[in-house]
Amino acid sequence: MAKQSNEAFFWTLFSAGGVVAAILIPVHLLLFGLAFPLGWVQAPSYGHLLSLAKLPLVRLYLFVLCALPLFHWAHRFRYTLYDGLQVKHLNEVIFTLCYGGAIAGTVYAGYLLWNLA
Amino acid sequence: MATQELRQATANSIPSYTEFHPRWYRPHVSVYWWLGQRQYLKFILRELSSVFVAASVVLLILELRALKQGPEAFALLQHRLQSPLALALTTISFFFVVFHSITWFNLTPAAMVVRLRGKRMPDFLIAAPNYAIWLVVSALVAWLILR
Repeated sequence: MAKQSNEAFFWTLFSAGGVVAAILIPVHLLLFGLAFPLGWVQAPSYGHLLSLAKLPLVRLYLFVLCALPLFHWAHRFRYTLYDGLQVKHLNEVIFTLCYGGAIAGTVYAGYLLWNLA
Repeated sequence: MATQELRQATANSIPSYTEFHPRWYRPHVSVYWWLGQRQYLKFILRELSSVFVAASVVLLILELRALKQGPEAFALLQHRLQSPLALALTTISFFFVVFHSITWFNLTPAAMVVRLRGKRMPDFLIAAPNYAIWLVVSALVAWLILR
């Protein structure tokens, strides 16, 4: 019997992460990466952001916002390396690094959100 | 010594045979194949946008870590984000994540065919709701953060 491929599972994560990233990442990056540092708008206070991030629903939202786009990156970047640099012989190493990175980021984000005092 | 020379001489005198093998047609593709055409370049840039998506998540995680560590750590991170290097990185990342959003939304008509009264709906009508959702959700997130 042919070995069952995991491709569909990883592709689903890639796809879901693509949607989350497309809709939510730009506004977060625009605010925290450009608008606040450049003073385009008044940056919110530490207390406001902390109380916001501590809400259970927001914690869940932030966890999804970290996790899914990371798995989107892992899948896409893996194939970019395969096709762009033609490094198919490094298959296993790239797979481990990409998904290992995504899992590490997800676990760390979960740890931070869980322990937000 | 003599045996080795003899062996060498024998090896030289015997013609070597190459077994017949049909040659595969496998043209060599340059590592820079994607630089030649605009469509290829666009494809690779679209795929590379994922790196900047990941970078945005790293920034988000850094903000969360600073939030957890306390007001001083948070203020320090905000100060560091004002450095020219950080601003250059966030600017480039912003263009790439917007590029990701646009290319992602525009893929919807290719993945989803909607027929209305037997006629296929035009692509832009399928892609358009994505942009509407993008705007509304972005405004909502910004409002929650800035409120």
